[in-house]
This record gives sequence, structure tokens and C-alpha cells, in this order.
Amino acid sequence: MERVLDPLTRKPSALRAHGQTIGFAVMVIALVVAPFVTYPLFVMQAMCFALFACAFNLLIGYVGLLSFGHALYFGWASYLSAYSAKVWGFPPELAILTGTATGAVCGLIAGSLAIRRQGIYFAMITLALAQMMYFFAVQAKFTGGEDGIQAVPRGHLFGLIDLRNEMAMYALVLVIFLGGFMFIYRIIHSPFGEVLKAIRENETRAISLGYKTDRYKLVAFILSATLAGTAGATKAIVLQLASLTDVNWPMSGEVVLMTLVGGLGTIFGPVAGAFVILAMQFKLAPIGEWVLVIQGAIFVACVLLFRRGIVGELAHLLRIRL
Amino acid sequence: MFEIFGIPSQALFGQLLIGLINGSFYALLSLGLAVIFGMLNIINFSHGAQYMMGAFAAYLILQYSGLGYWPALIIAPILVGATGIIVERLFLQWLYKLDHLYGLLLTFGLALIFEGVARNYFGSAGLPYTVPESLQGGRNLGFMFLPNYRAWVIVASLTVCIATWFVIERTRLGAYLRAATENPTLVRAFGINVPRMITLTYGFGVALAAFAGVMAAPIYNVSPQMGSELIIVVFAVVVIGGMGSILGAIITGFGLGVIEGLTKVFFPEASNTVVFVIMAIVLLVRPAGLFGRRG
Repeated sequence: MERVLDPLTRKPSALRAHGQTIGFAVMVIALVVAPFVTYPLFVMQAMCFALFACAFNLLIGYVGLLSFGHALYFGWASYLSAYSAKVWGFPPELAILTGTATGAVCGLIAGSLAIRRQGIYFAMITLALAQMMYFFAVQAKFTGGEDGIQAVPRGHLFGLIDLRNEMAMYALVLVIFLGGFMFIYRIIHSPFGEVLKAIRENETRAISLGYKTDRYKLVAFILSATLAGTAGATKAIVLQLASLTDVNWPMSGEVVLMTLVGGLGTIFGPVAGAFVILAMQFKLAPIGEWVLVIQGAIFVACVLLFRRGIVGELAHLLRIRL
Repeated sequence: MFEIFGIPSQALFGQLLIGLINGSFYALLSLGLAVIFGMLNIINFSHGAQYMMGAFAAYLILQYSGLGYWPALIIAPILVGATGIIVERLFLQWLYKLDHLYGLLLTFGLALIFEGVARNYFGSAGLPYTVPESLQGGRNLGFMFLPNYRAWVIVASLTVCIATWFVIERTRLGAYLRAATENPTLVRAFGINVPRMITLTYGFGVALAAFAGVMAAPIYNVSPQMGSELIIVVFAVVVIGGMGSILGAIITGFGLGVIEGLTKVFFPEASNTVVFVIMAIVLLVRPAGLFGRRG
């Protein structure tokens, strides 16, 4: 209602009408230029985490479900992708698909358990299930325990393109990231996505309108877990490593932090958050354990003072949707 | 020595005892979580970190003032409870009108801060804390050896749990608390200072966690990460029991500790995960939890 009274909104500017398109163009250009100005490996890793955070945001931002166990899908996809590439000799595209499928299957199982409870319980259940799968990863032989799966071959994409070439690898990661990003955008703006938002706003009402909200929530959960799987699988190929760090609970916390910093329920927020948090970790690596304290402080500051996140604040300032 | 199901009785009862000890901590912590959730509508993710702080407080009290276990058992919960009150006044009180999830996120951030600070000053390796002299040794019960300290932990935590249940369910103060949980506005209209009650409830819940931490110090080493792993299991315990019932939290805590102990005897590979598996089964069979109301 306030917006209507605001003089700014009376003259629709190009920015306001096409905010998301412009945002997308800026992001694509930045990502194409990035490997020439900074470390390609860093940007690739950041894109994997950005996709991970976008997948997580699909649940928290658009269905209102806080999953505190997304490391499960990311980490196990990472393991299966690394294992299939290294031991079974899968080419990278198949390895990433294997990881993605792992995410989907785990999402189906964990999701159908977790959606039986709401709100705070949902968060605790997802966290507990993820911890259970972490213990499996610790005990299972194929994960390599503390060592993880190291020296995963990047292989040849479609048997043709050698991914040991950094730029070829970069191009593949960029395509996967943008594909995942646009897929999520499509989901959010589809009729299915509208129902998800209705569930977020008022689940009881959505049920009374005849929607089987549990099914919608489960599908959203599986989609989110699948894309988190794609992110984890790609990360395993890029860094040639899958380890316990990827499945442990701090990883689940990290993706929450990235999304929170960037802006819950914004399309670009998780991407911005992932880059900010990863950059921070790289810069602050020398101070060791203080990183944990700083991350905690960012959590506290975001929740108390900065709930819209970076992109959410920006969108609010410019009065556009991002 | 005799055997039960092909397992030597020593091993069986030994693991049962460890199960009861773990169960004591599950019960104390899930009780604190339930009390806090009832009043504040916040899941206190920093509960594990505050348990760890209790253990460290006992360690530091010994290092700097020379006061041993018994004074620490009183002083540490009061100190850590006081930090809880500060946390509630500084941070949590601004969140009550927001979605529950923000409380979870904020206390998760606090847990990271507490654990990070502890790691910086004390390293990741555990620090030893000796069993108090009056409880050293143990007695032979014929079928097993019972260390005195472990017997004390079980008795003490049972006593504290039941005392808490009694205060909340059977006293006037508890009646105010339960009323304020149901309808804070109405209770305020009767002239009861609900915000102060909320603050003190959080302080009390945190003190319970710290009390558990002091009792845990001589059994496990005092280490920065002792809380974070425990809290996730306690979350599963809370999901299984449901947070609606104080007695339910206590029974579920002890019960799961015992089941975990028995799993260690019969199927050791699954001992880490059995609580989570039970949680999954409970969600399938009784989605609202064993003692919970639907929600």
C-alpha cells in the first residue's frame, strides 16, 4: 500500500521493470569475466556453493521450510560423484549425474520423513537425519573415512573435452550453475511455485483450497535436494576431492549462513551470499578458529539487524524485486 | 560372571550403565530445551555450547580459585545461567514476535561463537578433570563393578529432573509458568511480570545445561566440541519425545540412552546412529512424537 503512494513508483523506470533481467545480465557478465581477473578455481568453487545455496533457498525462501541438514545431499552427491569417476571410471557428465541422482534419492527419503512435522521440528529432523548419514559416511569403507576420496580424475567431457584444462572446466561449471539457476527461476515463477509460496504464507488456507500441501512440499524438497546434489557432485569433480567436511553439520550451517547473508527468498541473494562467505573464508584462513566466531557473529547480526540480507536490502532500496 | 544372550554380564551391565549416564545427559538437556521452548518459543541451538561452557566453567574455577567439584557444581550453573540471562536480554527478547526459525538461527550463531572462542583459547584436544575425591573408587555389585561417580551422576540427574518436573507441574510458580506459556497476555493482566519470568526461565534452562556440563566433565574430557555433537542427538530425542511434556522428555532421554547402550553391546556399528533410526521409525508410526501433541 505504501508503494502506491510513493512518487518514485509512478514513473516506471527501465530498472524497475526489468530488475531481474538486468541483475541476471550483470551476473552472467561478471562470471564470464571473473576467471580472467581472479583465481578460476575460487570462482568455480563459489559457483558450486552458489548453486547449493540457491537450492537451499528454494525451500526456506519459497516454501518456508528450514532444512538444517542440506550437507547430506551435497556431501553424499559429492561422494558418489567422486567414487563413480575414480573407481568406476565414469566420465565427468555421468559422474555428476550419478551425484545428482544420489541427491534426489536421499531427498525423497529424508523429505518424506521430515515433512511429517512442521516448523522447528522440521529443522531438527533434517539435522538429525543428516547427522545419521554423516556417521554412515564415517563408517562406510568406500568414503575413505578421514582421508575422503582424493585425486578424483576430472576426465574428458563427452569423451572429447579435457577438463584438466582450467578454462574448459570453468565453462562446464558455469553452464551447470546457470542451468541450475534458471531451472530454479522457472520453478519459482511457475504455477507450481505459486502454490509453494501460498503454502509459505498460509498452509492451512492452501489446504482448505484443496491443495495437497504435503505433496507440494515433498516435491519441492526433492527438487532442492537434487540441485544440492548437482552442486556437490560438480564440486567433487572441480576440487577432485570428496571428504567428511562436505557431509558434516557445519556445512549445513554454512549454506544457511550464505543464504541468510545474501537474502532469504531473493533470487540472487544466495549467489551473492556464497561469494561473500567463501571470499571471507579465503581472506580469513590465516586466523584459524576465529573464522568460526566471525561466522557466528554474522549469524547474530543478520538475524537481529539485517534480516533482508545484502540483495534483499538492495532490492528494498531500489524498490525492485531481485 | 555369567552370560546373557552369549554376552558376558560385565559387558552388558557396563554398557547399560554407560547408556544410563548418556541418558542422564539426554534427559537433562532435552528437559532444558523443552522448558525454554515452552516459554520462549525458541529452540535453543546454543544449548550444547552452554553445556560445554558449564564444563569449562568447572575447569576454570578449579584452575583459578582452586575450588573443586562440589562448589563448581553450584557456581558454574549460576555463572553460565547468568550469561544466559544476558543473552536473553541482549538478543533473544527481540525475536519473540518473529518466526520461530530466527531464534534457531540466532542461537546457532551464538553456539558457533561460544565454540569458536573455546577452541581458540583451549585448543581442540580435551582437558582432563578429575573425579572428586569423595566419589572416587566404586563398589562391586556381584554382577558388575559400579564406579561411585557414575552412580552419583545418575542419581543426581534423576533428582534434578524430577525436581524440575515437580516445580513446573505441582507448585504455584509452575502454575504461573504454564499459564504464561498458554496465554502470556492474560497472565500479565493479572499483574505477573511475564517478561521477567521469560528471562529467568531461559537462565534456568541454560543453568540446567551447565549443570549437566559440570557432571560430564570428569566422565568425558572437557573439550570445545563436546556440546555440538551431543545437541544433535538431543534434538532427535526431542523429536521422538515431543516437547509438550516434561515427564515425556525425561523418560525419552533415559530410555534412549539405555537403548543406545544396549546397541553398543549387540550391534556396535549402529550405536552412533540408533537414536536417529528410532527417530525415523517414530516419525513413520507416530508423527507427533511419543508424548507430543500434533504440530
